[in-house]
Amino acid sequence: MEAVLAIAIGVLTASGVWLILRPRTFQVIIGLSLVSYAVNLFIYAMGRLRVDAPALTGAEQAGAASLSDPVPQALVLTAIVISFAMTALMLVVLLAARGLTGTDHVDGEDGE
Amino acid sequence: MWAILLLPFAGSLAAALLPTTSRNAAALLAGAIALLCVGSLAMLYPAVAGGDAIRSELEWMPAFGLDLLIRLDGLTWVFAFLVLAIGFLVVLYARYYMATEDPVPRFFSFLLAFMGSMLGLVLSGNLIQLVFFWELTSLFSFLLIGYWHHNESARSGARIALLVTAAGGMCLLVGVLLIGRIVGSYDLDAVLAAADRIKGSALYLPALIFILIGAFTKSAQFPFHFWLPHAMGAPTPVSAYLHSATMVKAGIFVLIRLWPVLAGTDAWYLIVTTTGLATLLVGAWAAIFQQDLKGLLAYSTISHLGLITLLLGLGSPLAAVAAIFHTLNHATFKASLFMAVGIVDHETGTRDLRRLSGLYRFMPFTATLAMVAAAAMAGVPLLNGFLSKEMFLAEALENHRGTIIDEALPFIATTALALSVLYSVRFIHQGFFGPAPTGLPREPHEAPFWMRLPVEVLVLACLVVGIMPSVTIGPFLHMAVESVLGDATPRYSLAIWHGFTRPLALSVAALIFGGVGYAIFRDRLNAFTAVPLMGRLKGRRSFEVVLALIVSGARRLLALTGTGKLQPQLRLLVIIACLAGLLPFLRYGYEPGDRPGVLVDPGFALIWLVGCLCAIGAAWQAKFHRYAALILMAGAGLASCVSFVWLSAPDLALTQLLVEGVTTVLLLLGLRWLPQRHPEMLPRTRRLSPYRLRRGFDLGIAIAAGAGIALLSYAVMTRPLPNSIAGFFLENAYPGGGGKNVVNVILVDFRAFDTLGEITVLATVGLTVFSLLRRFRPAVESVRAPEQQRVQNAFDDRSEGREVGDTRADYLAIPRIIMQWLSPVILVFAVYLLVRGHDLPGGGFAAGVTMTLALLLQYMAFGTRGVEARLRVRPMSWVGLGLLIAVATGAGAWLFGYPFLTSAFGYADILVIGKVPLASALLFDVGVFLVVIGATALILTVLAHQSIRTPLTRPRSDAEPEAGEL
Repeated sequence: MEAVLAIAIGVLTASGVWLILRPRTFQVIIGLSLVSYAVNLFIYAMGRLRVDAPALTGAEQAGAASLSDPVPQALVLTAIVISFAMTALMLVVLLAARGLTGTDHVDGEDGE
Repeated sequence: MWAILLLPFAGSLAAALLPTTSRNAAALLAGAIALLCVGSLAMLYPAVAGGDAIRSELEWMPAFGLDLLIRLDGLTWVFAFLVLAIGFLVVLYARYYMATEDPVPRFFSFLLAFMGSMLGLVLSGNLIQLVFFWELTSLFSFLLIGYWHHNESARSGARIALLVTAAGGMCLLVGVLLIGRIVGSYDLDAVLAAADRIKGSALYLPALIFILIGAFTKSAQFPFHFWLPHAMGAPTPVSAYLHSATMVKAGIFVLIRLWPVLAGTDAWYLIVTTTGLATLLVGAWAAIFQQDLKGLLAYSTISHLGLITLLLGLGSPLAAVAAIFHTLNHATFKASLFMAVGIVDHETGTRDLRRLSGLYRFMPFTATLAMVAAAAMAGVPLLNGFLSKEMFLAEALENHRGTIIDEALPFIATTALALSVLYSVRFIHQGFFGPAPTGLPREPHEAPFWMRLPVEVLVLACLVVGIMPSVTIGPFLHMAVESVLGDATPRYSLAIWHGFTRPLALSVAALIFGGVGYAIFRDRLNAFTAVPLMGRLKGRRSFEVVLALIVSGARRLLALTGTGKLQPQLRLLVIIACLAGLLPFLRYGYEPGDRPGVLVDPGFALIWLVGCLCAIGAAWQAKFHRYAALILMAGAGLASCVSFVWLSAPDLALTQLLVEGVTTVLLLLGLRWLPQRHPEMLPRTRRLSPYRLRRGFDLGIAIAAGAGIALLSYAVMTRPLPNSIAGFFLENAYPGGGGKNVVNVILVDFRAFDTLGEITVLATVGLTVFSLLRRFRPAVESVRAPEQQRVQNAFDDRSEGREVGDTRADYLAIPRIIMQWLSPVILVFAVYLLVRGHDLPGGGFAAGVTMTLALLLQYMAFGTRGVEARLRVRPMSWVGLGLLIAVATGAGAWLFGYPFLTSAFGYADILVIGKVPLASALLFDVGVFLVVIGATALILTVLAHQSIRTPLTRPRSDAEPEAGEL
């Protein structure tokens, strides 16, 4: 599993990085979303992988060591929502820039 | 004492809050505050008169040896009195000077703040504090000079004044820091006690130079004098204040204050004396050629400041006495002269000396007052200016250092004074005598009583001091002098008559030369439009050249080292990140760890095979096939969502899944406004163009970044988890937070403050999106209705019995019903997610997004108009309410004496449902829930609204494409 996830994170990152280096705003947005998937998975993976051990305790106190690490999960949870907000903001900025400059190039002028 | 300092600032704030038309209230407030401060300062007089300094400390940054310190001694008292008393008169004068259409409360607000800063400057017992108030005076003088901001000359004058004096303030700060380094303390008493140490130090010269630059810029010494005449754009009360008791005197004050520790060396003597001398001559010379009354007074101020600086530079105690005395005298006669000029300007509508004449007939009172004040400026006996001038001449005749300056000083002094007589006579004679003026903008007449009163008070002071100096100014001057010179206070006499002495002879000579000079040159002087021998704008022009050089230099540097293009910046960023990630590998080598891995499930591998293909496909297609790229991206998102479920993170999976939906809708809404792009638009070349080269390079970077992070995460995942805080959270989630879902407990309880920050970010983004789109102007080609709608409408148009829009109305007819019926179910599900979140996967974030999805379905089914006709969608209120609830829940803990955001929990028996755990954290989660719905719904609906808005360029007929049909 670890190897699969590591490769997945790598592919997501590579696709995302490729896209954020592109000149069109829409490409950059898709790229940022892909990078944020990769980053979320990476942060989550820092708590190591576990199957069938969600961080749900009971009153009877199952042994804490047998559960998955809740800290990265909490971090990623908010990161998911925030990354939605950032995508929305980027999108609106790009729409406004498009309306103002007449192009969807990231620099506001067609250089290519 | 602190009250004296704080009152003007408090008054400034209060005046700023007054309505713009309430000029009487603002003037009354300002006057009352000034008077109150004068009164309380007067009450402190007995304590100061004894010769001791009153100190009052407030601890500020004790670790740095910085305390807020008020220190009141003789010199300070006299200066503070000057600031406040003249400030009061200026307020009174300004009440009648300012026009009704000006926003007068703002004027008084600035004036009070300026008064407070000046007061703070003189009362500072700590050098850093002094510099702080020094900068404040620069700032508020900027606002005052630029008060008539519709006037170009006022704006540029204010800007020049700010740049010059603030740059000087910078130098002063450096100088003060150097002094602090020598002495080891910024406390004024400590500094004053360390005179020998400072003068003997190797840092003395740099400290001296920096402090002098600061003082010279502020008190308009040559070559920094040019800002003062340009500050004439200020309202006349401001000029009267800046030129007399404040601003320019701040520089003089610092020179006097530090005189005991800095003066007396050769460097001091050379720099200060020559600067003073140059300023004295340049100011007096330029003053006689001015045609503008205020310009004449401005250059005369420069000249008199030069005189004071010259006296301080001489370094003898008697010269210092003369300097302090002349500072006081200059303040009184210059303030009254400016006010008189203001009256002339106010009543005649012009300040041009060439147009004015014979005003004595129309305004005898003002004319008399101006004459007396001008006579004081010229140094006529029986007026205060005469006394300090005699002292100056006596000092000029003394031999101080035996240099060439000493030899020449009597002649130069007499020349400068003769010039001063000349311009004073010219001012009076041309303005008030001769034939009646013709063609003035206004019919001149006498000023109202209250406007004259401040001038009368000041002129009376000139007279009284001039006639009975030892009785009136004597004790105050003595107090000030003693606080500066201490035991070195020399014997001096304030008598009017010392017999026939050489100073008197020089004085008489100056008066005669000045008068005769005017008689000879008066007509020729009127012909000048620029000052001969020195180009009138020289100072300003070189200032602007320097400024332009700095700006263009900065631009060139930026062009050389920076780029405005996003791609190179991002490229650099990624490359640096890759290199930083590479560094530990190079140092320690790479090897995977030995933690036993989780066995690979073929299903998992298959999912990620698809996921990876999706990601690569999205990267491939994002340029020309946006829609496909979007769907492929969502595919990759779903793969990561599945792996969260698989790997024991149900909360993440839930949230990711929901957010995925919302994000897709969001981007779909945005697609409509992007330009079309086809592969044919690109020039097809097979050659190795820079374009292809760059793509190859970027591909290399991307692969390197991906491979790096894959190796890194594999290395981490195969190593055992070190001890972290996770154990604490797992153990305490239930006993301490009352929840079984540890992730949720962390979010709403342990780390609730972080979550509060995060929902605030979310709310801010929502509002930002809203405000950005309020003025959204779409590109022209995106304005038409989408192609699909045009086809539908064309079909309707062609067909018999169909109205345009019928097909559109039938669109999604069956899914619409399903969506409508599904909405309540989704709503219930959202609430369920919210309530169970503390114990089972769910919580405010997931529930909020679910709720938004329910709303979205409604929008898709019925279109923006349809939904909003039936539902009140008020996302902004939801955001506000959510934030309020979250903060109120947190603040509720205070009521029970716990820190912010402490949570409490218990169980409640609710009928039918049974025993339900209730934690205050649930309430917090409700806040999160509301903010999430509000913000996401706000973003989506605002974006959807763009389609039903009608841009001005668009014809009305093909409007109304609804959001749902995109």
